[in-house]
Amino acid sequence: MAEDILTRLQPIFHDVLDDNKLVITRESSALNVDGWDSLAHINLVTAIEQDFRIRFALGELGELKNVGEMIDLMQQKLAAK
Amino acid sequence: MSSAPSEESAETLLRKQKALRRTLLERADLLEVRIAVLGGSTTDEVVNLLELLLLRAGLKPVFYQSDYQKYFEEAVIDPARVIAFRPDIVWVYTSSRDVRYPPIDAKEIQGFVDEELARFTAIWDSLQQHIGCVIVQNNFERPETALLGNMDAVSAAGRCRFVNALNERFAHAAESRKRLYLNDLASVATIVGQRALVDLRRWFGYKIFTTPAGSLEVARSMAALIRAMYGRARKCLVLDLDNTLWGGVIGDDGPDKIVIGRETPAAEAFTAFQEYCLRLRGRGVLLAVCSKNTAALAIEGFSHPDSVLRMEHFASFKANWEPKHENIVAISRELNIGLDSLVFVDDNPAERAIVAAQLPTVAVPDVGSEVVDFIPILERERYFETLALSGEDLVRAGLYADNAKRAVQESRFSNYGEYLDSLQMKAEIAPFRAVYLDRITQLTNKTNQYNLTTRRYTQAEIEQIAVDPARIALYGRLSDAFGDNGLITVVIGHQIGPILDLDLWLMSCRVLKRDMELAMLDAVVATCQRRDIRELRGLYKRTAKNELVVDHYARLGFALVEQGPQQSTWSLDLAAYRSRNTHIREISSG
Repeated sequence: MAEDILTRLQPIFHDVLDDNKLVITRESSALNVDGWDSLAHINLVTAIEQDFRIRFALGELGELKNVGEMIDLMQQKLAAK
Repeated sequence: MSSAPSEESAETLLRKQKALRRTLLERADLLEVRIAVLGGSTTDEVVNLLELLLLRAGLKPVFYQSDYQKYFEEAVIDPARVIAFRPDIVWVYTSSRDVRYPPIDAKEIQGFVDEELARFTAIWDSLQQHIGCVIVQNNFERPETALLGNMDAVSAAGRCRFVNALNERFAHAAESRKRLYLNDLASVATIVGQRALVDLRRWFGYKIFTTPAGSLEVARSMAALIRAMYGRARKCLVLDLDNTLWGGVIGDDGPDKIVIGRETPAAEAFTAFQEYCLRLRGRGVLLAVCSKNTAALAIEGFSHPDSVLRMEHFASFKANWEPKHENIVAISRELNIGLDSLVFVDDNPAERAIVAAQLPTVAVPDVGSEVVDFIPILERERYFETLALSGEDLVRAGLYADNAKRAVQESRFSNYGEYLDSLQMKAEIAPFRAVYLDRITQLTNKTNQYNLTTRRYTQAEIEQIAVDPARIALYGRLSDAFGDNGLITVVIGHQIGPILDLDLWLMSCRVLKRDMELAMLDAVVATCQRRDIRELRGLYKRTAKNELVVDHYARLGFALVEQGPQQSTWSLDLAAYRSRNTHIREISSG
């Protein structure tokens, strides 16, 4: 399931960061991905919420270190649905 | 068949914002507009959406954004950075979050309103004095909380009442200050709905108070205002007829059976749409018709006793069987306004698709197939934004009414010949000339109805024909009291001894029933007589689309030689020929 989420995240990152060659991994984060600034972050969150029909709580995302942790959080949310 | 209209979602625009922006920036003729946004909240999202909308209108915005919540400081206390940016427009992007409200024990609101107004007046004065640019000020959406309930709109301590009072004062200020415009955030909030406009997670998380949908609606409102400032607002509403301005198909159901009036829910809905169109006309928007219909029948629809719209309300009227995109080009030429000034409304998705594909600058909203959706969608798109209701706006619709004049004139004459004479038609008929070869090739490839043989020619073939001594190849242009119709007819024949065989005879349907074919015949015969040609031979080849000209040669006095199932051949003896055209003055050139 975590793999499925990662696969579904790729096109979202491609669109938001306008880079079709980008490959997101569990280790990807704002620190090592070009263009992942605070505005892109907002657009990523908006797109992920829309695509996966989930809602992140306030402050929930601020504590995440990388995409891997984000996927783990998403997995919890999707399982709880 | 019924289809619901589709709407572009804010989430999709934001997700694809970078790629959309990249593509839109490829356009060459973009006009730069410098916009400083002084925000009470974070403005990046609304700025990104506004940028996309303006790029689509051919404007290339360059933005400056103030530090978060520093709208007052950067306008009044330290305006150096804004001045250095040299903005054309400063947008004071405030919301009801930025208002300083009266305390809960306030006994009267006037003093508090004055005080708050003074704070904003200081912003406007400073910007005007230091920069002299256009200022756009958001007014205020309903406050997030109304602690007093309904009393909140009544009590001196009510925030709702306070915002309402402040908005009224802002309206006065915008009315009296020449370069101050309001972005009506209060209306935007109502349109989106307060609950769908604001997302407190985003407010506390990012200091963006709007949802994506809310940001898009604010951006739409602002984009409309800026388009109007730069003359990019739309000017003309082009309307289909059947199932758009009335219910039913007038050609099938008959003019007395169309659905309009007050008798049924559907009839009321069509009447409401006609009334809306008429109100738009009243404030300066031009109306035009573009319909696949027989003109006479289409006109009759507007004589229906319940029709709100009348023929004189249309600045241009195209009811024929030509493709709609061609008619729309003709409308834009006739009214002398750009295609980017037009909005096309048609219930038929296929017609919308072809117009959108052929004429990308014409606005073709997806209005769905039901008349009840048309008004909300036209309102949503804010096509006809205006900055001031000038006297000129109010009379413009009348000034453009040439074509309606043409129709009115037609009804005034006792016979059709009188009408034709009144048009003061002038034709230029001459052998092919280099400057026209493109247009001639184009006509041979797109004319389907008034086309006897539907032969298609390449540009090279047309160039060859133009210099071939064995050919007679003539074009015709027609102008009249109302304007120039351009090059609209072509005849090509090849000579075999004393006979001219007509390979091609075509004419644009926009000059049907003007006797232009008689003028062409006269010119062909005159050329033949100079070459000792004694007989014309004509061929009609049936296609799915050229029923219109099945008796073209018969009407021109040719004798039938042979009638086959798919074609007929005709002959005209030139010995006794007398010229036919009496209504068109011919100017031959070349």
